[in-house]
Amino acid sequence: MTTALIFLPVAGALLVMILPLRPFAVGATALLVALAEVGLWIDTVARFDFSKPGLQLEQQQTWFSDLHVSYHVGFYGFSLWLVGLSAVVLAAAIGYAFWAGRDRPRAYYGLMLLLTGAIVGVFVAQDLLLFYVFWEAMLVPLYFLVGVWGGAGRLRATLLFVIYTMAGSLLMLASIIVLGLSQGTFDLVGSGTNGSDWIFLGFMAAFAVKAPLFPLHAWLPETYRESSPEVAAVLSGVVSKAAAYGMLRIAIAKFPGPVSDFRTPILVLAACGLVYGSLIAFRAPDVRGVIAYSSLAQMGLITLGLFAVNDLGLNGAVLQMVNHGLISAALFLLAGGIERRAATGELAALGGMARGRPALATVLMTTGVIALAVPGSTAFAGEFAILAGVFNTGWGYAVVGAIAIVLAAMYMLRLISAVLHQSPGPAVTEAALDLRPAELGILVPLVAILLVLSAWPAAITERSFAGSQAVSTVRQALP
Amino acid sequence: MTLAALSTPPIDWFALAAPLSLLAAGGVNLICAVVLPRRDRRVVTSTVCALGFAGALVAGALLYAHSADGHGVIADAIQRDRLAALTTMIIAGSGVLAVGTSFAEPMSDDHIAEYYALLAWAGAGMAFLASASTLLTLFLGLEWFSISLYILCAIDRELVGSLEAGLKYLIVGGFGSAMLLFGSALVYGATGRLEFHEIAQVVQQQGLSQDALLVAGLALVIGGLGFKASAAPFHMWTPDVYEGAPTPVTAFMSAATKAVALVVMLRVLTTAFPQEARLWTVAIAAIACTSLAVGNLAALVQTGVKRMLAYSSISHAGFMLIAIAANNALGGRALLYYLIPYCAMSVGSFAVVAARERELNKPVTVQNLAGFGWERPLLGGAMTVFMLGFAGFPLTGGFVGKFYIFAAAYEHGWTWLVIVGVAATAVSLYYYLGVIRAMYFRPAEELQLAPVAGGSPPRELLLQTAVTAAVIVTVGSFFAVQPLIDAARHATEFLFL
Repeated sequence: MTTALIFLPVAGALLVMILPLRPFAVGATALLVALAEVGLWIDTVARFDFSKPGLQLEQQQTWFSDLHVSYHVGFYGFSLWLVGLSAVVLAAAIGYAFWAGRDRPRAYYGLMLLLTGAIVGVFVAQDLLLFYVFWEAMLVPLYFLVGVWGGAGRLRATLLFVIYTMAGSLLMLASIIVLGLSQGTFDLVGSGTNGSDWIFLGFMAAFAVKAPLFPLHAWLPETYRESSPEVAAVLSGVVSKAAAYGMLRIAIAKFPGPVSDFRTPILVLAACGLVYGSLIAFRAPDVRGVIAYSSLAQMGLITLGLFAVNDLGLNGAVLQMVNHGLISAALFLLAGGIERRAATGELAALGGMARGRPALATVLMTTGVIALAVPGSTAFAGEFAILAGVFNTGWGYAVVGAIAIVLAAMYMLRLISAVLHQSPGPAVTEAALDLRPAELGILVPLVAILLVLSAWPAAITERSFAGSQAVSTVRQALP
Repeated sequence: MTLAALSTPPIDWFALAAPLSLLAAGGVNLICAVVLPRRDRRVVTSTVCALGFAGALVAGALLYAHSADGHGVIADAIQRDRLAALTTMIIAGSGVLAVGTSFAEPMSDDHIAEYYALLAWAGAGMAFLASASTLLTLFLGLEWFSISLYILCAIDRELVGSLEAGLKYLIVGGFGSAMLLFGSALVYGATGRLEFHEIAQVVQQQGLSQDALLVAGLALVIGGLGFKASAAPFHMWTPDVYEGAPTPVTAFMSAATKAVALVVMLRVLTTAFPQEARLWTVAIAAIACTSLAVGNLAALVQTGVKRMLAYSSISHAGFMLIAIAANNALGGRALLYYLIPYCAMSVGSFAVVAARERELNKPVTVQNLAGFGWERPLLGGAMTVFMLGFAGFPLTGGFVGKFYIFAAAYEHGWTWLVIVGVAATAVSLYYYLGVIRAMYFRPAEELQLAPVAGGSPPRELLLQTAVTAAVIVTVGSFFAVQPLIDAARHATEFLFL
């Protein structure tokens, strides 16, 4: 089951890369595979027993025995939600690419499907080396997707992206080797905790770059701006969550000692990132800039929740990971739609798009309002839980977080107003169409899931860590 | 004393099967050079050479199966063991791929038979060297394949730089051989023994481990082998020779020569000089770090792809020397495992360069690789796999190899060496990914499809088959770690008992 979730998209990738199909057939096949992945995930949810702690739907196969490395995969509650997020966002991204049309479709969709498999692998791997393998396997398709299909500045963007992420990843590799050999196994489930600060920092280096955590975000704006919108959606919606997942599954679960040593600096950096990202998002001149920096801010918030290391914080962080994944994916796809219509993402050139385009206005408005965490929305639930959690660690963090929520309202409303309201900008012509049915077909499900979660955030918060004893689950049941 | 009084030792022909198969192939090719009409020579001699390498591969496999307990044969001049057998298989595999790469090389048919004869003989020398167990057979094997390679480098007289490459290799390689010989003489002077394990015995019995003569000899032996492995600071010949030599020769050299030099270094150091381990582990670690630094930093600024790959091969010598420096069972395993994907990637990447070279009829630079990935999906995809493999990305054996090497260094207690290796990997990404960037990322309007020499791009079925095989080995070794690591363990565990 778990293996099928990883290898279904990989098989699909090989299929579309090898078979000499026509472009339309390639896109259609890829979309079908992505939807099948979502279906498979729903089936997995049905099989998953949320009342039980510990690993479920587990599969283990020795890979090489002398160093005790194995192909070991399985689900925890929270990884189940993140896999679901990945499957949905990737399906939306592939659907968007299919609708928008991409050059060299066989390579493009093949890479997208490979990326899907790698991301799912990251969330289910229960062996350190396997985790690293999927982690790196994620980077290779992204390198191509940004580098080949990106905008004019893509060469510089990919270079920055790869240098930053690989510097972090290689430090993580060193940590994995030291940790795995010193404890005699690379298995994540069968091993205990570790007290080494250096090993912890090696892991955190990789996660902090990938999330990204302030001040390691230099690669973020260019990469998010230069990628095609659906790749940016995947990057900010899902790939950044892989980093947050790593913090939870490895950094927090495996290193209780170092976590308490480094908690204050990490929380401070996360709070800085939250405020800094929000402020820059408020000043960003283009749609993607706003979403990119708001992504930085949101990752800061999620990190705050994680490193609060209490029930509220962890539950809130997992919920917010799913929320932000869906929100930023929807926003990036919307940004793509806006850029297609206006040929620019500059806010100064946009405006007045609401008139005559009710669908665009409704979808953007709904997503934006959820993003700014209006009470009653799922983002509000997530942020509230995070802030309440981090309040128990130190009230100062909660104050910063609350300020940042005000800032979030400012940048989101500015975005909505600059795109939809005011007088029509120079780049907005009468001919620019409303959202097409295909676009609605991609965006409405994302928004619908957000609305469902708004009505029932407990679906995730109460089903991520069995029995809601998040900290003890992380500390005891995981290893 | 008459000749009859000299007793001939019993000869284990089976242990010599691989070199003999290749010697025979070379011999047949020389006869072909005389008796066959010129137009048939290329097909016949390349087939014979490929058969010779295939024979060596089979011989190596059989020898591996039937030599579970290693022992000296032919008056203890050579060792019949799994280390030699596995190395022979790696060399022979590289040889088969090199023949596939060579087939369509635009070389005049005048000396094509000699070319394949020398290729087979170089392989024979390497296979022999892999089993050497005395300083004498060591030198013999080393010179045997070196002389063949000197000529191979210079064989294409119409190729600019080929003659220069051969001469450079001859002079610098001669210097390396002299170092090895001098070192062997010093070791012999200190111990009075030539056989590796007897040297170790004498050193132990007579407490010679601090002996100046012995240590100087050891240093010179390491230096001599360092030349063949193209480890810095013994690497000066590598970029020029790799660049100047015909590309298929470079492909074979970069894979097989390095493999055999490193394996022999492992064998000599662990069997003949175990008492000096404190000295040579540090020395090898220092050479490894130098190679990593020199290879990686110099590769960053190269524009020629062959030169870049030459520096990359220097840095890989550094990686594999880490495994030797670790001086533990894990290190031996790491080396033998890593050589398998490494040789495939090495031959494969030079084969792709050869294909591009034939297409453009000029040296391949990072610049003129532009668009290659889209024009030739198979070769471009293969090159991508090789580059990712060199850089140690997962889904290639390069990743597992590096992982094992770092694990060995850590087990030796040298975490700093792990850090050095990781840092070197990070630097190397720039130039490996640079190749991928050149092949795929340039915008369509920038792609200037250079006029292909002689119309449509040459169809090189054999080269493409060789490249595909190399890809299969590179990727397959990632998934089939267990059997390959088992083989590597069986081949090396006796060194660390």
